[in-house]
Amino acid sequence: MRDVAIIGAGSTQFGRSQWSLLKLMAEASHDALTEASIGDRSVDAVYVANMGSTRNNRQAGIASALVDRMNLFPAAADTIENGPASGASAIKNGYLAVASGMYDLVLVVGGERMREVNNFEATEFVSYLTHRYAEYIYGTTLPALAGMFARLYMERYGVTSEHLAMVAIKNHANGLLNPNAHIRTPVTMDGLLHGPQASMNNPYVAEPLRFFDCCPVSDGAAAVLLIPLDMAGKFSKTPIRIAGIGQATDTHAVHERPDPTVLTAVRLASEKAFSMAGLEPKDMSLAELHDAFTILEIAESEEAGFFPKGEGHKALERGETKIGGTLPINASGGLKAKGHPVGATGVSQIVELVYQLRHEAGERQVKDAKHGFACNFGGFGNNVVATVLSRGEE
Amino acid sequence: MIDELEAMLRPPSLDMPPYSPKTILLASGETMVVRQASIDEVDILLEIIDPLKHLHRDFYDIVSVRLYAELLGWKVHRVRNEYCLVGVIDGVLAGIVNGRMFDETYGISYHTLALKRGLRVGAHLFASKMEHHIEYLGQDEVWIVAESPIGHRRWMIEYPLDEKFSIQHELGGAPSWVLTKDTYFKAKPRLVTGSRPVSEELLANSRPIKKPDLSAMLVQIEDTLEARL
Repeated sequence: MRDVAIIGAGSTQFGRSQWSLLKLMAEASHDALTEASIGDRSVDAVYVANMGSTRNNRQAGIASALVDRMNLFPAAADTIENGPASGASAIKNGYLAVASGMYDLVLVVGGERMREVNNFEATEFVSYLTHRYAEYIYGTTLPALAGMFARLYMERYGVTSEHLAMVAIKNHANGLLNPNAHIRTPVTMDGLLHGPQASMNNPYVAEPLRFFDCCPVSDGAAAVLLIPLDMAGKFSKTPIRIAGIGQATDTHAVHERPDPTVLTAVRLASEKAFSMAGLEPKDMSLAELHDAFTILEIAESEEAGFFPKGEGHKALERGETKIGGTLPINASGGLKAKGHPVGATGVSQIVELVYQLRHEAGERQVKDAKHGFACNFGGFGNNVVATVLSRGEE
Repeated sequence: MIDELEAMLRPPSLDMPPYSPKTILLASGETMVVRQASIDEVDILLEIIDPLKHLHRDFYDIVSVRLYAELLGWKVHRVRNEYCLVGVIDGVLAGIVNGRMFDETYGISYHTLALKRGLRVGAHLFASKMEHHIEYLGQDEVWIVAESPIGHRRWMIEYPLDEKFSIQHELGGAPSWVLTKDTYFKAKPRLVTGSRPVSEELLANSRPIKKPDLSAMLVQIEDTLEARL
């Protein structure tokens, strides 16, 4: 197996777009290709992560369509649909293709245009992730699952609404530093929880989760360009190595898990990624975690091995997860503020790590970043991909 | 002094008790003063609304055009019993709501326009408008239509309002809904909020109304990544 590096990264702004899905993906791809200075060298394969183009945008075969849009013929093209973990799954497949020697230059793109449908339809579409007969038919949505998970987590570990709000406040503050973030509004504890108008500002969505505990519905795209590490120096001053990737699955229906507060797939995927990288959680300079709901950032920070079980919220309280803390989490703003175009999210997490590890993240730069970790969380934790990236010289 | 013909053109008006100003601490930590606008503030409101009349996003164009006409009608005395409430943050206009008394018993809700989005400014101001009709003007019902899906979700579903399709709201053909006293007081603990009294200093800071930065306002309202480019 060959070592694989990322030599180009690009992203659109996340938010609400009037551009077509293909245009969003083409913009991000163009940025990644331009950054890598590959000249007239052709891309061998394109992996596209997307969850809902057939339903929401009336466009199937999105990878083939992107190749056509960008005139990348005759590149191989595959669409990867793995729910909200589609992005990291596509990167894993791109990695395997390069590592195996099958292809040299692989473009991985994630994109979603969710705002083409109204919010009822968007919620319904995301609910297709749930178990059809055990969850979906009873009206279970992702916020509902997250609400039940949060309730149990709070009872068991002493996590409070204040801790959840602290995640939102931190990630909104980070989002203000990210020009690509969907939400660029600061929020305060008084405004969210303690002030006289907090209950109206921040109503329950799925109790105990409130409005500002949930990520927005976003449009956007992100892309990275992969190449064998030994060829990367020709195209990039600072290639970023994919040091480890791990993936694991768990039961589809959440209630079938022995303990619903344990995100086994996050733990297993993270362990595999760290093991492959020959690194440990303590070696990470920063992490991008899948905070579709604020509670998930806390839970994933524990399952990934950064903090003992039940103590993620204490690290948050101590400020360890802020930029400047011992392990900045979601310096990009995370899904909470950067946004969550589902197919793009996993790729976008990697794009953020690339910027950070190249020390090109501007105001939100994590000092001396060497290794970064990303957790892309599919379904309600039934399919998780963890990735470890390192600066090329490491 | 107005001449005899002008006097004939002006509608009679009912006594309208004033709305008591309040403050709302937004999620961002900013304090929004909600107060009644006076007729001599209409010009600045029209100036701020004017560019939104061409913004084809979330029905801002139709709401702005109609609101513009309603406020102008109020200014030149062509609408009966109209009022306007404004939300002001650090002196800068954040949102407008308006309506009128149809008679002593029934109120007509006109429009809700949020200039600062993502912080529930529109929801707060709509609730203030309902508070004005029921608690200050002492009315039994407010008749309401929605011109955007956002409005429908915020008013018809969130309160929830009752159907009153049998009456014709004066904004046109959209089905009419009604907020009754009963619905209002049931929804009040959830949806109607604000702190009173407002300090003299805050109230003074809310006058004169300042215009939001036009470019930033348009980008924020349009809320698209293209608008930000």
